[in-house]
Parts: sequence; C-alpha cells; structure tokens
Amino acid sequence: MVMVFATAILLLLFGGFLAVVLCARSGVSQVAGQVGAISGSALGLVSAIRVLLTGKAEGMSSVWHMPGGSLHFQIDVLSAFFLLPVFGLSILAALYGRSYLADRKGGYALAGSWFHLNMLTVGMALVIAAHDGLLFLLAWEIMALSPFFLVAFDDQKAEVRKAAWIYLSATHLGTAFLLIFFVLLGRLAGTSDFDGYAAALRDNPALSSTMFLLALIGFGSKAGIVPTHVWLPEAHPAAPSHASALMSGAMIKVGIYGVVRTLTFLGAPEPWWGWLLIAIGASSGVLGVLFALAQHDLKRLLAYHSVENIGIILLGIGIGVLGLAEGIRPLAVIGFAAGLLHVLNHSIFKGLLFLGAGAVQRAAHGVELEELGGLLKRMPWTGATFLIGATAIVGLPPLNGFVSEFLLFYASFFAVVQPAVNIAVAGLIVLVVMGLIGGLAAACFAKAFGVVFLGSPRSPEAGEAREVARPMCAAMAILALLCVVFGLAAPTVVSALDRVVAAATGLTIGAARDQLTAVTGPLTIAISVFAVCIVIAASVWAVRSRRLALAAVRTAQVWGCGYPKPTPKMQYTASSFVQPLTTQFHLFVRNREVLVPPEGYFPASASYSSESSDPFLRGLFAPVFRWFDYLSHLEIFQHGLVHGYVLYLVITLVALLIWGSVW
Amino acid sequence: MSGFVSPVCALIFAPLLVGIINRTKAVVAGRRGPPLVQPYWDVAKYLQRGVVYGEVTSWLFRLGPVVNLASLAAALLIVPFGGLGAPLNFSGDLIVLAGLLALGRFATVLAALDTGSSFEGMGASREVHFAALAEPTLFLALATLARVTGSFSLTPIYQGFTATVWVHALPAVVLVAMTLLILELVENNRIPVDDPTTHLELTMIHEVMVLDHSGPELAFIHYAAALRLWILGSLLVGLVVPFRSGSFWLEGTAMLLGMAVLAVAIGAIESTMARYQLIRVPQFILGAATLSAVAFIIILV
Repeated sequence: MVMVFATAILLLLFGGFLAVVLCARSGVSQVAGQVGAISGSALGLVSAIRVLLTGKAEGMSSVWHMPGGSLHFQIDVLSAFFLLPVFGLSILAALYGRSYLADRKGGYALAGSWFHLNMLTVGMALVIAAHDGLLFLLAWEIMALSPFFLVAFDDQKAEVRKAAWIYLSATHLGTAFLLIFFVLLGRLAGTSDFDGYAAALRDNPALSSTMFLLALIGFGSKAGIVPTHVWLPEAHPAAPSHASALMSGAMIKVGIYGVVRTLTFLGAPEPWWGWLLIAIGASSGVLGVLFALAQHDLKRLLAYHSVENIGIILLGIGIGVLGLAEGIRPLAVIGFAAGLLHVLNHSIFKGLLFLGAGAVQRAAHGVELEELGGLLKRMPWTGATFLIGATAIVGLPPLNGFVSEFLLFYASFFAVVQPAVNIAVAGLIVLVVMGLIGGLAAACFAKAFGVVFLGSPRSPEAGEAREVARPMCAAMAILALLCVVFGLAAPTVVSALDRVVAAATGLTIGAARDQLTAVTGPLTIAISVFAVCIVIAASVWAVRSRRLALAAVRTAQVWGCGYPKPTPKMQYTASSFVQPLTTQFHLFVRNREVLVPPEGYFPASASYSSESSDPFLRGLFAPVFRWFDYLSHLEIFQHGLVHGYVLYLVITLVALLIWGSVW
Repeated sequence: MSGFVSPVCALIFAPLLVGIINRTKAVVAGRRGPPLVQPYWDVAKYLQRGVVYGEVTSWLFRLGPVVNLASLAAALLIVPFGGLGAPLNFSGDLIVLAGLLALGRFATVLAALDTGSSFEGMGASREVHFAALAEPTLFLALATLARVTGSFSLTPIYQGFTATVWVHALPAVVLVAMTLLILELVENNRIPVDDPTTHLELTMIHEVMVLDHSGPELAFIHYAAALRLWILGSLLVGLVVPFRSGSFWLEGTAMLLGMAVLAVAIGAIESTMARYQLIRVPQFILGAATLSAVAFIIILV
C-alpha cells in the first residue's frame, strides 16, 4: 500500500514538470502546478494518516544501480508524523500561492516557482521516507536546493540574490556534517541501510556521542538553531510568502526529524546529550525571541520566531533525552511529546502567520511595520486569523500553542519535584527559560499585531489596503481553525501521540500511553476551565450589550492631553514599543542607528532610522566568509575553454588509474 | 462544597481590598478618605454609564476588557484560599493560572494599542516589558513551593504547608513570600512600580493603558483589576498564614483577616514609598527573582 505515497510523489513531480513545459501559457502552467501540488499532497496526507492510524510501517525496497546505496523507502509512525506538516502545508501553500502570485508577470519565473515548490515538497517527503543513508542524502539535496530557487524568485533585486546565496552556503555547511555523519555510519555498519545503523553503534558510547554531535550540527543548521540560524532571517523575507510558510512550517522541521531519527540509532543516550539539547534549546529560544523583538520587517520578525520555536522544541526533546538517560520514564515520554507536538503546532501557526504576512504584503505593498497600521478594519479575515495565529504562537490558552507548552511546563515541574538534584535544576532552568520566552513572545506579538492591524494606517498604501482574494483567506482560515481545534481537542491529540512518542523514545506503546494518560487528565480539566472562561466571556459580553442598548454610545477622538489634531505619525511605533526591552537586552540586540538631527532655527529636515543586524552573521560568519574570498583566486581554472575541461577529465582519470593500480 | 468558598470570597470581597488600600492611604495622609465600599459603587456607576469610543478603534477594543475579566474570573476556579482548596485542582494547574493571567494581559494590551494613541502605546510597552520579567519570576517562586511540598498543583501545595513543613522550610518560605509580595505590587501596578493616582499620563503604566475605556467596559476593567489583586494576594497570604487546622471557619477567617492585613500593608507601602524610576523597575523584579532562586537553592538538597 505504499503505492499511494508513490502516486503522491509522481503527481507532485508531474504537476511541476507540466508547469515548466506549459510556461508559455502562464495561466495554464500555474493551474497545472497548483493541481499537481494539491492532489499529490492530499494523497500523501492520506498515506501518512493511514500509517498513523494503523501503526503499521509501510515500506518499499528495490534494486538500485547506485554503488553503496539501496532504494529503500519506509514510512513508519515517526515518518508519517513528520509528513503531516509537509503535505498539509503544501496543500495550503498551493491553494494560497496562485492568488498570491496573480499579479506577477513572467511565465518562466512563475512556472519555475511552481516547479520548485513541488520539488521542495517532494524532497522533504523523500527525506522523511528514506530508509537508506545515500538515498537520504540525495533527497536532502533536492530539499536543500529547491528553496534556493524559491528564495531567488525576485532575482533582479540585489538583496534577494544575497539572501539566496546566504541560504545556499548555510545549508551546505550543514550538509557537509551530514555527509561525514552518513559516511562514518555506513563504514561502521557495513551497509547504508538504516536497519544496520542501530546494530553498529550498540555498546559504543564514545562513537554514539560523536555521531550525536555530527547529527546535531548537521540537522541543527537546517532546523535553524543558534548560531547557524543566520539564513532564516535572510531567506524568509526574500521568498514568496507561501514558500516561506512551507519552509518555516515544514522544512526546518525536517531538521528536527533528523535529530529524532538519529537518536533512535544511537541506543541509550548519555545525560549530557540532554543537557546539550537543553542548552541549545534555551539559547535558541531566548536569543530568537530577542532578535525578533528588534525587527521591524514583519517577515524577518516571523523568521526569528522560528528560531525561538525550534528552541522550544529542542527544550522538550532535551528534557525527554535527559529522562531517558536517567531512567525517569514520565520525563522521557512527556518531554518528547511536548517537543513533537510543538513541531506540529508550530507548523500550523507559523504557516498561518507567514500566509498572513503575505496577505499584508500584497494588500499594503510592504511588510515594513512602521508603514502599516489599522489593517484589522480593512482586512477583517487576514486580521482575525493573524490574531489567532499570534495568540497561539505566544502560547496563550485555549489555542494549540498552549497545549505543547503546557506539556513542556508539566515535564519541567515534574523534574523540579524529583529528588535528584540535577534533574530538579534542569527542570528549573527550562521553567525559567520558558517563562522568559513566553513573556518576550507576548511582547513581540503585541507589537507585531498591534502595529500592523490596530490603530490607524501609517502610510497611504496601508490606508488603501483591501482584503485579499478568497483562496488566500480560505487557506488562512483553515489554519486558524486548526489552531482552535488542536487547542480545544488537546486531550485527544495528546493521547494520539502514544505511537509516535514510543517510536521516538524506543519505549513500548503501552508504556508511552500510561505516561501520557497522566497528562491528558489534567489537560481535560484545563480545557474545561477554558470552556468556563469562554462562557463567562460570552455572558459578560451579553451584559455589556444589554447595558449599551440602554445607554448612549458615541465616538470621539482619543485623549491626547488636549492636543486636538493627532496624526497617524504620532502613534507609538514598533521600534518605540520595544525600545525598553531592546535597551535592557542590549548585550544581545544591537541596533545600528542613523540620526540626522534637526539643525538651525528653522530645521528643514531631520531623520532617524534604526536597523537591527544579526550579531552572529556580523561577528561570526562574515569574517569566515571574507577569508573564503581568497579562494576566489582559483577562478583561473574556470576559464570556459572546453578543451581545458577535457584536459581536467583526462588528468583526473589518469590519476585515478594510477591510484587504483598502485594501491 | 467548601471548594467554592475561594471563588465566592474572591468575587465578593476583591473590590474591598482596593477600598482598604485607599482608606489606608487616606488615613496615613491625614484625610478621611472614601468609604471602604467605594470601589463597589464605582463599578455599579460605570455599569450604568454610556460609552465613548475612540474613532480608530475596532471590535478588539470592545472585546479586550471582556476577555480580561473572563480569564481572571476563570482563574478563580484553580486558585486556593490558603488551606481551603480551589474547586478544581490538577497537576499543572499553576501553568493554567499563568496562562490565564497572561491571556488577560495580552487582551488588555491589544485593546490599548487599538486606540492608536501614543499614551496607550507607551503604557502597553511598559506593561509587556515588566510582564516579560515577572513571568519567569512567578515560575521560580512556584517551582520553589512545588519542590518544598513535592506537588505541582496549587491546592495540594497550599494544603501541604502544615505548621511542621512551614517551620522546616522557613527561610525559603520567607524568601518566596517576599518574591510574591513584589509580584503582587508589579502585576497590579502599585507603588513603587506604578502610581495609579498620578496626575500625568506620561508616567503611568496600567491607568494610561485603559485611559480611553468608559462605561460598562471600564467597570469590567476595575473589577478585573480587583480580581487580579485578589488572586496574587491570596497566593501570598496563603503562604504566610500557616493555618491548616482543618476547621473551615477558622481557616476562612484567618485568610480573610490576612487579606485585609495585606491590603493595609500595600496601602502603607504606597504611602511611605516613592515610585521608582522606570529604569529601576526591571532591577526590582530581577531582585524578586533572585530571592526565589536563593530559596530554591536552599531547599534543593
């Protein structure tokens, strides 16, 4: 029954190819790409859900004329779980994408963007389904390359080209570690098949630790952990918004998949792996949200929030690994459940928020926060769904973000009351970090939502914004609905995680289920508290309506200390809103400020602008890449003369022959 | 049945706390002051009044106070009143409490930003700043209490503070109580963090955020503020009054008296201290966090 999955992949590929072939007729070409993406992803979603429901892995293996690898696919429960965001978001991104791109010209570029969007989905699906090291790396490369072309969609702009290159360098930095990882694993196991890996590493803790570190760097750079996150804030603002949604919602999760899958090979974990994951999670979480606070480009802000949420996911997995290593089973199960559920939840609300940012970009011609405002009245659907997404990502009840953060807090409190001192300290660290992240994220999204959607427009473009096309609204509405459903149906969702958590932790399904029921009980009562909250809110609203029906209701200017003519420019801006926080955390967040002060008695002009640059990009990567520039002297070998290249081939062949005969 | 004592007391007596604070301040200043029940009259009066809305506001401005009140009222379901348990208790209910407090604040902040006025923006900005620091501090305090009692549900934690446990963990209890007192002042925007009675909007936090609300919505805001004062106050008083006799009337009376004393204490603090410079407030909150961190270290082994 793996045929459904194979058909899904073929449909996606076919849609992409058809889009390219028909690129002369832009309309038809886009429909082909869209239909291929939606139908293929829907089928893929069906195959993943079936595996999750039955719990039976589906596999396919065939002979492959590739040295050192085998064509072995297997969709087990863990793969199926990670396929959900991939296929789910791909459907919605395709639904949204055609309307989003409707005013773009250039059939060739548009066809290419559909082709690469479908290739990205194919790449991610193949990575997750691959059960063979070499196959995995090939699929990884498909997945890593397609976003380069997606990011470079507006390639006439210099900053877009720069973003695409930063992405390409960052992703290959990670791939380099993965290459070493899989080559070493293959040599140890004598096979490239995943089934052989676990046996090769058993009873060899030193080797397992090395492998863990390699995988953490390789997969972590794709997931966007600090300090390898630098590509996210560059690539996401440059890419079309539906591509950003798919990349941030699904692609960075493939990095998490890699970490979790690797942990299943490595046998019993060491405690320090858990501590390392917690340390990386804490620094990614806190720094991600701090950098996000300082941004005033909506998509850049969202990109940094992905770094933060990857941090939260790793905190969950870290607590889980610590629990596994120390033999505290509830900690292991609930920690992993928190991390894995947050993977799903983050893909829902971050997909929603990026689609919302795209709608704003289309309607108001920009995502610069200081130029926006008052969009809730002009774009009611985008505004309401963005509000739901913002509330969810902050982790507020009763939406889905709260549920996974509840699990993580629960696990931390559980750790705090354990007798062992080191476990209690780990729990306390996660608690404090999560509290800080939650508070800062609330500040950040109060700013993002408040400045974009509330108040009055800060530019004429924002004032003339109108609601976007129906398919775009539909895609956002579906994701917003999922935020609510996954929040209110939390106990069901959490108890359905038993198989996935069992697969990730190596425990039996029964054991995982036992521990999860310990949380579903409290979650059920928590949901009933929220139900009471909703009922109270409805009654208070009814009281208000009743009273206002009897009383006078009028509108007037807001109080301005007696100043009668306020302008939109006088509103609090995004930068001023977060200025106290960025000042307090100036150690991490550095703003570059350009100030032209007013001069003379009748100053003609004055200006002020600030820009937040990433300290890691500036301080860590820029010097390294400047050094790499020296390598550009090697360009003399690339002279464009065909006979020269033939000569290289001959030299290489001769060298290989000599090497082969001598050794 | 006794579980419902806690929310019913809160719903009835919460505005009285505000009355006691105001009366204390008046007495210290040598005035007679308004009657103790004045906050009730205020709420009733605002409910009767009409509403004036800012021109740029949307539905969110109208919804904000409603969500704020509802989330705080729902939180009463899980907040114990000293040894008297809450109607609902479950492992992790303290996470739900933090979530509901944060939800109420988020709604208030967004409603403030909806006015498009820079005063409200200023207040909202300060509110989220201090809240971001207060949240981890609250978790530090709760984690310490959880470790002392071996439970992470509010009702068992507070019922677990019997006289023996209390005396045994006294240093930690004192430190956490100080943290909770500071949080009570910070979360409810009292002096030395914020002055609700200052004459200048530029220096306010909470009051300037709700500057443009009027009529029934202002009534909701005032009542919700009283509930917030009550919720955090009962966490503090429940810890400081180690009265776990099992007698319903005795414990209830002790707690109510304790709440009254807390209100007098807040009034005394407000009368004798000046407001901190805004830049000092984060240090004040971090100081509170340090107290709880020390408490956690004390009871760690």
